[in-house]
Amino acid sequence: MPLLPLATGAIIALVAATFAFPWLEFVLTLAIAKGLAALGVAILLRGGLISIGHAMFFAIGAYATAFAMRDFGITDVFALILISAIISLVAGLLIGAFVVRYRAIFFAMLNLAISMVLFSLLSKFYGVTGGTDGLRVGTPTVLGMVLEAKGFATFLFYAAIAAMVLAGLAVNAYFKSPLGEALSAVHTNEIRLEYLGIPVRGVLLVAYGLSALLAGIGGTFAAMTIGHVLPDMAYWTDSGHLVLVAVLGGISGIGGPFVGAAFLELVHTLAAGVTDAWNMIVGAALLGVIFFLPKGLIGFIRPTKKGDLA
Amino acid sequence: MTVLLEAKNLHITFGAVKAANGVDLHIDEGEFLAIIGPNGSGKTTFLNLCTGYIRPSEGEVYLDGKPITRLPPRTIARKGIARAFQIPQLFLDQTVLTNLMLAIASREGLWQVGKALGRPAYRDEAMALLAMFNLADCAPTLASTLPEGRRKLVDIAIALALKPRLVLLDEPTSGVSALERFALMETLMGALRQAKVSALFVEHDMDVVERYADRVVVWEAGRVMAEGKPEAVFKDARVIENVIGVA
Ligand SMILES: Nc1ncnc2c1ncn2[C@@H]1O[C@H](COP(=O)(O)OP(=O)(O)OP(=O)(O)O)[C@@H](O)[C@H]1O
Ligand SMILES: [Mg+2]
Repeated sequence: MPLLPLATGAIIALVAATFAFPWLEFVLTLAIAKGLAALGVAILLRGGLISIGHAMFFAIGAYATAFAMRDFGITDVFALILISAIISLVAGLLIGAFVVRYRAIFFAMLNLAISMVLFSLLSKFYGVTGGTDGLRVGTPTVLGMVLEAKGFATFLFYAAIAAMVLAGLAVNAYFKSPLGEALSAVHTNEIRLEYLGIPVRGVLLVAYGLSALLAGIGGTFAAMTIGHVLPDMAYWTDSGHLVLVAVLGGISGIGGPFVGAAFLELVHTLAAGVTDAWNMIVGAALLGVIFFLPKGLIGFIRPTKKGDLA
Repeated sequence: MTVLLEAKNLHITFGAVKAANGVDLHIDEGEFLAIIGPNGSGKTTFLNLCTGYIRPSEGEVYLDGKPITRLPPRTIARKGIARAFQIPQLFLDQTVLTNLMLAIASREGLWQVGKALGRPAYRDEAMALLAMFNLADCAPTLASTLPEGRRKLVDIAIALALKPRLVLLDEPTSGVSALERFALMETLMGALRQAKVSALFVEHDMDVVERYADRVVVWEAGRVMAEGKPEAVFKDARVIENVIGVA
Protein backbone atom coordinates (compact mmCIF):
# COMPACT_ATOMS: atom_id res chain seq x y z
CA MET A 1 0.00 0.00 0.00
CA PRO A 2 2.17 2.92 -1.16
CA LEU A 3 -0.96 5.07 -1.04
CA LEU A 4 -1.27 5.07 2.71
CA PRO A 5 2.08 6.77 3.43
CA LEU A 6 1.35 9.16 0.58
CA ALA A 7 -2.00 10.19 2.05
CA THR A 8 -0.54 10.40 5.55
CA GLY A 9 2.31 12.56 4.24
CA ALA A 10 -0.12 14.86 2.48
CA ILE A 11 -2.17 15.34 5.64
CA ILE A 12 0.91 16.04 7.76
CA ALA A 13 1.99 18.58 5.15
CA LEU A 14 -1.45 20.23 5.37
CA VAL A 15 -1.21 20.54 9.12
CA ALA A 16 2.37 21.78 9.01
CA ALA A 17 1.41 24.40 6.43
CA THR A 18 -1.21 25.87 8.76
CA PHE A 19 1.44 26.34 11.41
CA ALA A 20 3.55 28.30 8.97
CA PHE A 21 0.62 30.21 7.48
CA PRO A 22 -2.32 30.39 9.92
CA TRP A 23 -4.61 31.93 7.27
CA LEU A 24 -4.44 28.58 5.47
CA GLU A 25 -6.60 26.99 8.16
CA PHE A 26 -9.74 28.66 6.86
CA VAL A 27 -8.86 28.08 3.21
CA LEU A 28 -8.09 24.41 3.71
CA THR A 29 -11.18 23.71 5.82
CA LEU A 30 -13.26 25.17 3.04
CA ALA A 31 -11.27 23.20 0.47
CA ILE A 32 -11.98 19.96 2.32
CA ALA A 33 -15.67 20.87 2.56
CA LYS A 34 -15.81 21.37 -1.21
CA GLY A 35 -13.61 18.33 -1.73
CA LEU A 36 -16.22 16.21 0.07
CA ALA A 37 -18.89 17.49 -2.31
CA ALA A 38 -16.60 16.95 -5.31
CA LEU A 39 -15.97 13.40 -4.13
CA GLY A 40 -19.73 12.93 -4.27
CA VAL A 41 -19.73 14.20 -7.85
CA ALA A 42 -16.81 11.87 -8.66
CA ILE A 43 -18.82 8.89 -7.41
CA LEU A 44 -21.53 9.63 -9.95
CA LEU A 45 -18.94 10.14 -12.68
CA ARG A 46 -17.91 6.53 -12.10
CA GLY A 47 -21.36 5.50 -13.14
CA GLY A 48 -21.04 7.75 -16.19
CA LEU A 49 -23.42 10.38 -14.78
CA ILE A 50 -22.62 14.08 -14.63
CA SER A 51 -24.63 16.10 -12.13
CA ILE A 52 -24.63 19.84 -12.66
CA GLY A 53 -26.75 20.35 -9.59
CA HIS A 54 -24.86 18.89 -6.71
CA ALA A 55 -24.31 22.23 -5.04
CA MET A 56 -27.95 21.84 -3.96
CA PHE A 57 -26.93 19.15 -1.49
CA PHE A 58 -24.06 21.32 -0.31
CA ALA A 59 -26.63 24.03 0.31
CA ILE A 60 -29.04 21.59 1.95
CA GLY A 61 -26.34 20.53 4.39
CA ALA A 62 -25.42 24.16 5.06
CA TYR A 63 -29.00 25.37 5.59
CA ALA A 64 -29.84 22.32 7.70
CA THR A 65 -27.07 23.45 10.03
CA ALA A 66 -28.33 27.02 10.09
CA PHE A 67 -31.95 25.97 10.73
CA ALA A 68 -30.98 23.48 13.42
CA MET A 69 -29.14 26.22 15.28
CA ARG A 70 -31.68 28.98 14.77
CA ASP A 71 -34.96 27.07 15.08
CA PHE A 72 -34.08 24.14 17.32
CA GLY A 73 -31.34 25.65 19.43
CA ILE A 74 -28.95 22.81 18.64
CA THR A 75 -25.40 24.01 19.09
CA ASP A 76 -23.25 20.89 19.39
CA VAL A 77 -20.99 20.51 16.40
CA PHE A 78 -21.35 16.73 16.19
CA ALA A 79 -25.13 16.90 16.46
CA LEU A 80 -25.18 19.52 13.72
CA ILE A 81 -23.03 17.39 11.41
CA LEU A 82 -25.21 14.36 12.07
CA ILE A 83 -28.47 16.23 11.44
CA SER A 84 -27.18 17.79 8.23
CA ALA A 85 -25.87 14.42 7.07
CA ILE A 86 -29.21 12.72 7.63
CA ILE A 87 -31.19 15.49 5.94
CA SER A 88 -28.95 15.59 2.88
CA LEU A 89 -29.01 11.79 2.62
CA VAL A 90 -32.81 11.76 2.73
CA ALA A 91 -32.97 14.59 0.20
CA GLY A 92 -30.53 12.67 -2.01
CA LEU A 93 -32.62 9.51 -1.89
CA LEU A 94 -35.84 11.39 -2.66
CA ILE A 95 -34.42 13.38 -5.57
CA GLY A 96 -32.33 10.39 -6.65
CA ALA A 97 -35.36 8.12 -6.91
CA PHE A 98 -36.57 10.49 -9.61
CA VAL A 99 -33.39 11.42 -11.48
CA VAL A 100 -31.72 7.97 -11.72
CA ARG A 101 -34.26 7.11 -14.40
CA TYR A 102 -32.42 9.47 -16.71
CA ARG A 103 -29.02 9.41 -18.37
CA ALA A 104 -26.51 11.68 -20.04
CA ILE A 105 -27.64 15.23 -20.77
CA PHE A 106 -31.12 14.62 -19.31
CA PHE A 107 -29.64 13.59 -15.98
CA ALA A 108 -27.29 16.57 -15.96
CA MET A 109 -30.06 19.04 -16.84
CA LEU A 110 -32.57 17.60 -14.37
CA ASN A 111 -30.10 18.02 -11.54
CA LEU A 112 -29.44 21.54 -12.72
CA ALA A 113 -33.17 22.31 -12.86
CA ILE A 114 -33.88 20.96 -9.39
CA SER A 115 -30.93 22.84 -7.92
CA MET A 116 -32.18 26.06 -9.47
CA VAL A 117 -35.61 25.50 -7.93
CA LEU A 118 -33.92 25.14 -4.57
CA PHE A 119 -31.88 28.28 -5.24
CA SER A 120 -35.07 30.24 -5.95
CA LEU A 121 -36.80 28.92 -2.85
CA LEU A 122 -33.83 29.88 -0.69
CA SER A 123 -33.72 33.35 -2.26
CA LYS A 124 -37.44 34.12 -2.17
CA PHE A 125 -38.72 32.78 1.15
CA TYR A 126 -37.23 35.63 3.06
CA GLY A 127 -39.12 34.89 6.27
CA VAL A 128 -37.73 31.39 6.59
CA THR A 129 -34.43 31.46 4.76
CA GLY A 130 -33.33 35.04 5.14
CA GLY A 131 -33.63 35.46 1.38
CA THR A 132 -30.58 36.61 -0.52
CA ASP A 133 -29.01 37.82 2.74
CA GLY A 134 -28.85 34.24 3.92
CA LEU A 135 -28.55 33.25 7.55
CA ARG A 136 -25.89 33.69 10.14
CA VAL A 137 -24.38 30.58 11.69
CA GLY A 138 -23.03 31.11 15.19
CA THR A 139 -20.05 29.33 16.65
CA PRO A 140 -21.16 25.83 17.67
CA THR A 141 -20.17 24.20 20.94
CA VAL A 142 -17.95 21.12 21.12
CA LEU A 143 -19.34 18.46 23.48
CA GLY A 144 -20.68 21.16 25.78
CA MET A 145 -17.55 23.30 25.62
CA VAL A 146 -17.91 26.85 24.42
CA LEU A 147 -14.90 27.76 22.29
CA GLU A 148 -13.96 31.20 21.07
CA ALA A 149 -14.11 31.67 17.31
CA LYS A 150 -10.39 31.13 16.77
CA GLY A 151 -10.27 27.93 18.81
CA PHE A 152 -13.34 26.59 17.09
CA ALA A 153 -11.84 27.29 13.65
CA THR A 154 -8.81 25.19 14.56
CA PHE A 155 -11.01 22.44 15.95
CA LEU A 156 -13.08 22.48 12.78
CA PHE A 157 -9.98 22.21 10.61
CA TYR A 158 -8.98 18.98 12.37
CA ALA A 159 -12.55 17.73 12.31
CA ALA A 160 -12.61 18.35 8.55
CA ILE A 161 -9.41 16.33 8.14
CA ALA A 162 -10.97 13.52 10.14
CA ALA A 163 -14.12 13.69 8.00
CA MET A 164 -11.99 13.60 4.86
CA VAL A 165 -10.11 10.52 6.05
CA LEU A 166 -13.28 8.71 7.11
CA ALA A 167 -15.06 9.61 3.88
CA GLY A 168 -12.03 8.53 1.87
CA LEU A 169 -11.86 5.14 3.56
CA ALA A 170 -15.59 4.59 3.26
CA VAL A 171 -15.73 5.54 -0.41
CA ASN A 172 -12.67 3.44 -1.13
CA ALA A 173 -14.35 0.42 0.45
CA TYR A 174 -17.50 1.22 -1.51
CA PHE A 175 -15.63 1.35 -4.82
CA LYS A 176 -14.15 -2.08 -4.11
CA SER A 177 -17.42 -3.62 -2.95
CA PRO A 178 -19.75 -5.44 -5.35
CA LEU A 179 -22.05 -2.44 -5.35
CA GLY A 180 -19.23 -0.06 -6.26
CA GLU A 181 -17.98 -2.31 -9.05
CA ALA A 182 -21.54 -2.56 -10.30
CA LEU A 183 -21.60 1.24 -10.48
CA SER A 184 -18.63 1.23 -12.86
CA ALA A 185 -20.41 -1.49 -14.81
CA VAL A 186 -23.53 0.66 -15.26
CA HIS A 187 -21.38 2.99 -17.28
CA THR A 188 -20.50 0.36 -19.88
CA ASN A 189 -23.32 -2.16 -19.99
CA GLU A 190 -26.66 -1.75 -18.29
CA ILE A 191 -28.13 -4.60 -20.28
CA ARG A 192 -25.64 -7.14 -18.97
CA LEU A 193 -26.16 -5.85 -15.45
CA GLU A 194 -29.92 -6.39 -15.72
CA TYR A 195 -29.28 -9.86 -17.09
CA LEU A 196 -27.23 -10.61 -13.97
CA GLY A 197 -30.36 -9.88 -11.98
CA ILE A 198 -29.03 -6.56 -10.71
CA PRO A 199 -31.38 -3.56 -10.53
CA VAL A 200 -29.48 -0.78 -12.27
CA ARG A 201 -31.59 1.96 -10.71
CA GLY A 202 -30.93 0.57 -7.26
CA VAL A 203 -27.21 0.67 -7.90
CA LEU A 204 -27.46 4.27 -9.08
CA LEU A 205 -29.72 5.31 -6.21
CA VAL A 206 -27.15 4.12 -3.66
CA ALA A 207 -24.48 6.09 -5.50
CA TYR A 208 -26.69 9.15 -5.65
CA GLY A 209 -27.61 8.96 -1.97
CA LEU A 210 -23.97 8.60 -1.01
CA SER A 211 -22.95 11.52 -3.20
CA ALA A 212 -25.66 13.72 -1.67
CA LEU A 213 -24.58 12.68 1.81
CA LEU A 214 -20.97 13.69 1.12
CA ALA A 215 -22.02 16.99 -0.43
CA GLY A 216 -24.28 17.68 2.58
CA ILE A 217 -21.48 17.02 5.05
CA GLY A 218 -19.30 19.34 3.00
CA GLY A 219 -22.06 21.95 3.25
CA THR A 220 -22.30 21.78 7.03
CA PHE A 221 -18.53 22.24 7.32
CA ALA A 222 -18.70 25.20 4.97
CA ALA A 223 -21.55 26.76 6.98
CA MET A 224 -19.63 26.44 10.23
CA THR A 225 -16.35 27.68 8.74
CA ILE A 226 -17.82 30.69 7.00
CA GLY A 227 -20.35 31.41 9.74
CA HIS A 228 -22.96 32.23 7.14
CA VAL A 229 -25.11 30.45 4.59
CA LEU A 230 -26.26 31.96 1.30
CA PRO A 231 -28.62 30.84 -1.51
CA ASP A 232 -25.59 31.21 -3.81
CA MET A 233 -24.33 27.96 -2.34
CA ALA A 234 -26.97 26.20 -4.46
CA TYR A 235 -26.31 28.26 -7.59
CA TRP A 236 -25.51 26.30 -10.72
CA THR A 237 -22.04 27.77 -11.16
CA ASP A 238 -21.11 26.23 -7.83
CA SER A 239 -22.36 22.89 -9.12
CA GLY A 240 -20.21 23.41 -12.19
CA HIS A 241 -17.23 24.12 -9.95
CA LEU A 242 -17.73 20.79 -8.19
CA VAL A 243 -17.56 18.93 -11.50
CA LEU A 244 -14.54 21.01 -12.45
CA VAL A 245 -12.81 20.24 -9.16
CA ALA A 246 -13.47 16.52 -9.53
CA VAL A 247 -12.12 16.37 -13.07
CA LEU A 248 -9.22 18.69 -12.26
CA GLY A 249 -8.12 16.60 -9.31
CA GLY A 250 -8.81 13.26 -10.94
CA ILE A 251 -11.72 10.91 -10.58
CA SER A 252 -9.90 7.59 -10.61
CA GLY A 253 -9.41 7.54 -6.85
CA ILE A 254 -10.55 9.27 -3.71
CA GLY A 255 -7.66 11.75 -3.33
CA GLY A 256 -8.30 13.60 -6.57
CA PRO A 257 -11.33 15.68 -5.57
CA PHE A 258 -9.52 16.92 -2.46
CA VAL A 259 -6.40 17.79 -4.43
CA GLY A 260 -8.56 19.59 -6.98
CA ALA A 261 -10.49 21.48 -4.31
CA ALA A 262 -7.31 22.54 -2.50
CA PHE A 263 -5.82 23.72 -5.78
CA LEU A 264 -8.91 25.73 -6.66
CA GLU A 265 -9.25 27.37 -3.24
CA LEU A 266 -5.55 28.22 -3.12
CA VAL A 267 -5.50 29.71 -6.61
CA HIS A 268 -8.64 31.63 -5.74
CA THR A 269 -7.21 33.00 -2.52
CA LEU A 270 -3.70 33.74 -3.78
CA ALA A 271 -4.55 35.02 -7.24
CA ALA A 272 -7.63 37.00 -6.23
CA GLY A 273 -5.35 39.29 -4.20
CA VAL A 274 -3.12 40.01 -7.16
CA THR A 275 -5.36 39.90 -10.18
CA ASP A 276 -9.00 39.20 -10.88
CA ALA A 277 -8.00 36.77 -13.62
CA TRP A 278 -8.04 33.74 -11.33
CA ASN A 279 -10.72 32.12 -13.43
CA MET A 280 -8.24 32.20 -16.31
CA ILE A 281 -5.63 30.42 -14.22
CA VAL A 282 -8.13 27.76 -13.24
CA GLY A 283 -9.23 27.42 -16.85
CA ALA A 284 -5.65 27.03 -18.05
CA ALA A 285 -4.99 24.43 -15.35
CA LEU A 286 -8.06 22.48 -16.43
CA LEU A 287 -6.91 22.52 -20.05
CA GLY A 288 -3.49 21.33 -18.99
CA VAL A 289 -5.02 18.49 -17.01
CA ILE A 290 -7.32 17.39 -19.80
CA PHE A 291 -4.50 17.31 -22.35
CA PHE A 292 -1.55 16.14 -20.28
CA LEU A 293 -2.87 14.48 -17.13
CA PRO A 294 -5.95 12.46 -17.99
CA LYS A 295 -5.93 11.08 -14.46
CA GLY A 296 -6.07 14.58 -13.02
CA LEU A 297 -3.69 16.55 -10.83
CA ILE A 298 -3.40 13.52 -8.60
CA GLY A 299 -1.59 11.87 -11.51
CA PHE A 300 1.41 14.04 -10.52
CA ILE A 301 1.67 12.43 -7.12
CA ARG A 302 0.29 9.02 -7.80
CA PRO A 303 1.90 7.29 -10.73
CA THR A 304 -0.31 4.87 -12.61
CA LYS A 305 0.29 1.27 -11.61
CA LYS A 306 0.48 -1.37 -14.22
CA GLY A 307 -2.89 -3.06 -14.50
CA ASP A 308 -4.47 -0.21 -12.57
CA LEU A 309 -8.16 -0.98 -12.54
CA ALA A 310 -9.27 2.52 -11.77
CA MET B 1 -40.12 -35.11 -18.55
CA THR B 2 -41.09 -31.88 -16.83
CA VAL B 3 -41.45 -28.82 -18.95
CA LEU B 4 -39.13 -26.06 -17.79
CA LEU B 5 -39.88 -23.21 -20.16
CA GLU B 6 -42.80 -22.92 -22.48
CA ALA B 7 -43.71 -20.30 -25.09
CA LYS B 8 -47.26 -20.15 -26.40
CA ASN B 9 -48.32 -18.33 -29.55
CA LEU B 10 -45.80 -15.48 -29.32
CA HIS B 11 -46.23 -12.59 -31.71
CA ILE B 12 -44.16 -9.48 -32.24
CA THR B 13 -43.88 -7.23 -35.27
CA PHE B 14 -41.15 -4.69 -36.06
CA GLY B 15 -42.44 -2.41 -38.77
CA ALA B 16 -43.29 -4.78 -41.58
CA VAL B 17 -41.24 -7.67 -40.17
CA LYS B 18 -43.05 -10.38 -38.22
CA ALA B 19 -40.10 -11.41 -36.06
CA ALA B 20 -42.32 -13.75 -34.02
CA ASN B 21 -45.40 -15.03 -35.74
CA GLY B 22 -47.06 -17.56 -33.46
CA VAL B 23 -44.11 -19.25 -31.78
CA ASP B 24 -44.97 -22.40 -29.82
CA LEU B 25 -42.05 -24.05 -28.13
CA HIS B 26 -41.07 -25.79 -24.92
CA ILE B 27 -37.88 -26.99 -23.36
CA ASP B 28 -37.75 -29.83 -20.86
CA GLU B 29 -35.69 -29.97 -17.75
CA GLY B 30 -32.21 -31.25 -18.53
CA GLU B 31 -32.70 -30.96 -22.26
CA PHE B 32 -30.26 -29.51 -24.80
CA LEU B 33 -32.40 -27.84 -27.42
CA ALA B 34 -30.91 -26.35 -30.58
CA ILE B 35 -32.49 -23.67 -32.73
CA ILE B 36 -31.44 -23.36 -36.36
CA GLY B 37 -32.76 -21.08 -39.03
CA PRO B 38 -31.77 -18.51 -41.62
CA ASN B 39 -30.53 -15.01 -40.74
CA GLY B 40 -33.29 -12.70 -39.70
CA SER B 41 -35.77 -15.50 -39.01
CA GLY B 42 -36.31 -14.31 -35.43
CA LYS B 43 -34.09 -16.59 -33.32
CA THR B 44 -32.55 -13.80 -31.27
CA THR B 45 -35.95 -12.16 -31.01
CA PHE B 46 -37.24 -15.35 -29.41
CA LEU B 47 -34.49 -15.17 -26.75
CA ASN B 48 -35.38 -11.50 -26.19
CA LEU B 49 -39.01 -12.49 -25.67
CA CYS B 50 -38.14 -15.28 -23.24
CA THR B 51 -36.00 -13.03 -21.08
CA GLY B 52 -38.31 -10.04 -20.85
CA TYR B 53 -36.12 -7.79 -22.97
CA ILE B 54 -39.05 -7.27 -25.31
CA ARG B 55 -42.70 -8.05 -24.68
CA PRO B 56 -44.81 -9.95 -27.15
CA SER B 57 -47.91 -8.27 -28.54
CA GLU B 58 -49.67 -11.57 -28.04
CA GLY B 59 -48.87 -14.87 -26.32
CA GLU B 60 -47.24 -15.93 -23.06
CA VAL B 61 -43.98 -17.39 -21.79
CA TYR B 62 -44.17 -19.77 -18.81
CA LEU B 63 -41.44 -20.90 -16.46
CA ASP B 64 -42.45 -23.91 -14.34
CA GLY B 65 -45.98 -23.30 -15.58
CA LYS B 66 -46.10 -19.72 -14.28
CA PRO B 67 -46.22 -16.78 -16.67
CA ILE B 68 -43.09 -14.62 -16.83
CA THR B 69 -44.05 -12.67 -19.93
CA ARG B 70 -44.26 -9.22 -18.36
CA LEU B 71 -41.35 -9.51 -15.96
CA PRO B 72 -38.19 -7.46 -16.52
CA PRO B 73 -34.92 -9.22 -17.46
CA ARG B 74 -33.46 -8.94 -13.96
CA THR B 75 -36.41 -10.72 -12.37
CA ILE B 76 -36.28 -13.48 -14.95
CA ALA B 77 -32.52 -13.77 -14.44
CA ARG B 78 -33.16 -14.17 -10.72
CA LYS B 79 -35.51 -17.03 -11.48
CA GLY B 80 -32.64 -18.95 -13.00
CA ILE B 81 -32.52 -18.12 -16.71
CA ALA B 82 -29.11 -16.89 -17.85
CA ARG B 83 -28.18 -15.68 -21.28
CA ALA B 84 -25.08 -15.44 -23.42
CA PHE B 85 -25.48 -12.96 -26.23
CA GLN B 86 -24.90 -13.14 -29.96
CA ILE B 87 -22.88 -9.94 -29.58
CA PRO B 88 -20.98 -10.31 -26.29
CA GLN B 89 -22.20 -8.02 -23.53
CA LEU B 90 -19.34 -7.27 -21.19
CA PHE B 91 -18.36 -4.54 -18.75
CA LEU B 92 -15.73 -3.06 -21.03
CA ASP B 93 -14.00 -0.74 -18.55
CA GLN B 94 -13.36 -3.58 -16.12
CA THR B 95 -11.12 -6.61 -16.15
CA VAL B 96 -12.27 -10.02 -17.27
CA LEU B 97 -11.86 -11.18 -13.68
CA THR B 98 -14.09 -8.39 -12.35
CA ASN B 99 -16.66 -9.17 -15.04
CA LEU B 100 -16.90 -12.71 -13.73
CA MET B 101 -16.76 -11.80 -10.07
CA LEU B 102 -19.68 -9.43 -10.55
CA ALA B 103 -21.71 -12.27 -12.00
CA ILE B 104 -20.76 -14.55 -9.13
CA ALA B 105 -21.50 -11.88 -6.53
CA SER B 106 -24.86 -11.11 -8.08
CA ARG B 107 -26.11 -14.56 -7.03
CA GLU B 108 -26.03 -13.36 -3.42
CA GLY B 109 -27.26 -9.90 -4.32
CA LEU B 110 -24.98 -6.89 -4.23
CA TRP B 111 -26.09 -5.42 -0.93
CA GLN B 112 -23.04 -6.61 0.93
CA VAL B 113 -21.70 -3.50 2.57
CA GLY B 114 -18.05 -3.39 3.51
CA LYS B 115 -17.04 -6.60 1.73
CA ALA B 116 -14.68 -6.43 -1.23
CA LEU B 117 -15.75 -7.93 -4.53
CA GLY B 118 -12.25 -9.34 -4.92
CA ARG B 119 -12.53 -11.67 -1.92
CA PRO B 120 -10.79 -15.04 -2.29
CA ALA B 121 -13.97 -17.11 -2.62
CA TYR B 122 -15.20 -15.08 -5.59
CA ARG B 123 -11.75 -14.82 -7.11
CA ASP B 124 -11.14 -18.57 -6.95
CA GLU B 125 -14.49 -19.41 -8.43
CA ALA B 126 -13.98 -16.90 -11.23
CA MET B 127 -10.49 -18.20 -11.98
CA ALA B 128 -11.76 -21.78 -12.11
CA LEU B 129 -14.41 -20.78 -14.63
CA LEU B 130 -11.88 -18.89 -16.72
CA ALA B 131 -9.48 -21.82 -16.63
CA MET B 132 -12.24 -24.05 -17.91
CA PHE B 133 -12.44 -21.92 -21.05
CA ASN B 134 -8.65 -21.48 -21.30
CA LEU B 135 -9.05 -17.84 -20.39
CA ALA B 136 -6.97 -17.77 -17.21
CA ASP B 137 -4.32 -15.56 -18.77
CA CYS B 138 -7.00 -13.01 -19.72
CA ALA B 139 -8.09 -12.48 -16.10
CA PRO B 140 -6.30 -9.12 -15.60
CA THR B 141 -7.08 -7.87 -19.11
CA LEU B 142 -9.57 -5.06 -19.62
CA ALA B 143 -12.58 -6.53 -21.38
CA SER B 144 -12.43 -3.76 -24.00
CA THR B 145 -9.03 -4.95 -25.20
CA LEU B 146 -10.01 -8.61 -25.70
CA PRO B 147 -10.27 -9.97 -29.23
CA GLU B 148 -13.80 -10.77 -30.36
CA GLY B 149 -13.52 -14.55 -30.07
CA ARG B 150 -12.43 -14.32 -26.45
CA ARG B 151 -15.17 -11.84 -25.60
CA LYS B 152 -17.62 -14.43 -26.76
CA LEU B 153 -16.17 -17.00 -24.36
CA VAL B 154 -16.15 -14.54 -21.45
CA ASP B 155 -19.78 -13.77 -22.19
CA ILE B 156 -20.62 -17.47 -21.97
CA ALA B 157 -18.58 -17.84 -18.77
CA ILE B 158 -20.56 -14.97 -17.22
CA ALA B 159 -23.81 -16.76 -18.01
CA LEU B 160 -22.51 -19.95 -16.37
CA ALA B 161 -21.25 -18.02 -13.34
CA LEU B 162 -24.88 -17.27 -12.49
CA LYS B 163 -25.45 -21.00 -11.89
CA PRO B 164 -28.71 -20.91 -13.84
CA ARG B 165 -31.27 -23.65 -14.32
CA LEU B 166 -31.55 -22.77 -17.98
CA VAL B 167 -29.00 -21.07 -20.16
CA LEU B 168 -29.82 -19.44 -23.48
CA LEU B 169 -26.81 -19.38 -25.79
CA ASP B 170 -27.03 -17.26 -28.93
CA GLU B 171 -24.58 -18.75 -31.43
CA PRO B 172 -21.98 -19.79 -28.84
CA THR B 173 -19.51 -21.00 -31.45
CA SER B 174 -19.82 -18.09 -33.89
CA GLY B 175 -16.60 -16.34 -32.88
CA VAL B 176 -14.66 -19.56 -32.64
CA SER B 177 -12.64 -21.18 -35.42
CA ALA B 178 -13.98 -24.40 -36.91
CA LEU B 179 -11.07 -26.25 -35.35
CA GLU B 180 -11.81 -25.12 -31.80
CA ARG B 181 -15.55 -25.40 -32.12
CA PHE B 182 -15.87 -28.96 -30.87
CA ALA B 183 -13.41 -28.45 -28.04
CA LEU B 184 -15.48 -25.50 -26.86
CA MET B 185 -18.77 -27.37 -27.13
CA GLU B 186 -17.26 -30.36 -25.34
CA THR B 187 -16.22 -28.14 -22.41
CA LEU B 188 -19.47 -26.21 -22.38
CA MET B 189 -21.82 -29.15 -22.64
CA GLY B 190 -19.77 -31.15 -20.16
CA ALA B 191 -20.10 -28.35 -17.63
CA LEU B 192 -23.82 -27.96 -18.26
CA ARG B 193 -24.46 -31.68 -17.97
CA GLN B 194 -22.51 -31.88 -14.74
CA ALA B 195 -24.37 -28.96 -13.19
CA LYS B 196 -27.69 -30.29 -14.58
CA VAL B 197 -28.35 -27.09 -16.47
CA SER B 198 -30.78 -27.14 -19.37
CA ALA B 199 -29.66 -25.32 -22.48
CA LEU B 200 -31.18 -23.72 -25.51
CA PHE B 201 -28.63 -22.79 -28.14
CA VAL B 202 -28.93 -21.05 -31.46
CA GLU B 203 -26.40 -22.60 -33.81
CA HIS B 204 -25.45 -22.42 -37.46
CA ASP B 205 -23.05 -25.38 -37.49
CA MET B 206 -25.10 -28.48 -38.32
CA ASP B 207 -22.37 -30.84 -37.13
CA VAL B 208 -22.42 -29.19 -33.72
CA VAL B 209 -26.20 -29.46 -33.59
CA GLU B 210 -26.16 -33.09 -34.63
CA ARG B 211 -23.59 -33.99 -32.01
CA TYR B 212 -24.91 -32.02 -29.00
CA ALA B 213 -28.62 -31.35 -29.33
CA ASP B 214 -31.23 -33.72 -27.91
CA ARG B 215 -33.77 -32.00 -30.10
CA VAL B 216 -33.65 -29.33 -32.77
CA VAL B 217 -36.17 -26.68 -33.74
CA VAL B 218 -36.08 -25.13 -37.18
CA TRP B 219 -37.00 -21.48 -37.39
CA GLU B 220 -38.38 -19.73 -40.39
CA ALA B 221 -39.92 -16.28 -40.71
CA GLY B 222 -40.76 -15.92 -37.04
CA ARG B 223 -42.12 -19.38 -36.38
CA VAL B 224 -41.19 -22.99 -35.84
CA MET B 225 -41.19 -24.80 -39.15
CA ALA B 226 -39.98 -28.23 -38.08
CA GLU B 227 -38.72 -29.95 -34.96
CA GLY B 228 -37.50 -33.30 -33.74
CA LYS B 229 -34.33 -35.34 -33.28
CA PRO B 230 -31.47 -33.83 -35.31
CA GLU B 231 -30.97 -36.91 -37.49
CA ALA B 232 -34.66 -36.95 -38.44
CA VAL B 233 -34.99 -33.21 -38.98
CA PHE B 234 -31.91 -33.03 -41.16
CA LYS B 235 -33.50 -35.53 -43.55
CA ASP B 236 -36.60 -33.40 -43.95
CA ALA B 237 -36.66 -32.13 -47.56
CA ARG B 238 -38.18 -28.77 -46.62
CA VAL B 239 -35.51 -28.19 -44.01
CA ILE B 240 -32.73 -29.11 -46.41
CA GLU B 241 -34.09 -26.74 -49.00
CA ASN B 242 -34.92 -23.76 -46.77
CA VAL B 243 -32.35 -23.87 -44.00
CA ILE B 244 -29.40 -26.12 -44.48
CA GLY B 245 -29.07 -24.98 -48.06
CA VAL B 246 -28.76 -21.33 -46.98
CA ALA B 247 -27.18 -21.51 -43.55
N1 LIG C 1 -35.52 -4.35 -31.77
C1 LIG C 1 -35.79 -4.50 -33.08
N2 LIG C 1 -36.28 -3.47 -33.79
C2 LIG C 1 -36.57 -3.61 -35.11
N3 LIG C 1 -36.38 -4.72 -35.80
C3 LIG C 1 -35.88 -5.78 -35.16
C4 LIG C 1 -35.55 -5.74 -33.77
N4 LIG C 1 -35.07 -6.94 -33.39
C5 LIG C 1 -35.11 -7.69 -34.50
N5 LIG C 1 -35.59 -7.02 -35.56
C6 LIG C 1 -35.82 -7.57 -36.90
O1 LIG C 1 -36.49 -8.79 -36.73
C7 LIG C 1 -35.98 -9.77 -37.60
C8 LIG C 1 -35.48 -10.96 -36.82
O2 LIG C 1 -34.27 -10.59 -36.17
P1 LIG C 1 -33.45 -11.57 -35.25
O3 LIG C 1 -32.27 -10.83 -34.75
O4 LIG C 1 -34.35 -12.15 -34.24
O5 LIG C 1 -33.00 -12.69 -36.28
P2 LIG C 1 -32.02 -13.91 -36.07
O6 LIG C 1 -32.75 -15.13 -36.48
O7 LIG C 1 -31.43 -13.90 -34.72
O8 LIG C 1 -30.89 -13.60 -37.17
P3 LIG C 1 -29.31 -13.87 -37.14
O9 LIG C 1 -29.11 -15.29 -37.57
O10 LIG C 1 -28.78 -12.90 -38.16
O11 LIG C 1 -28.83 -13.59 -35.79
C9 LIG C 1 -34.92 -9.09 -38.46
O12 LIG C 1 -35.50 -8.67 -39.64
C10 LIG C 1 -34.52 -7.90 -37.60
O13 LIG C 1 -34.07 -6.85 -38.41
MG1 LIG D 1 -29.58 -13.70 -33.97
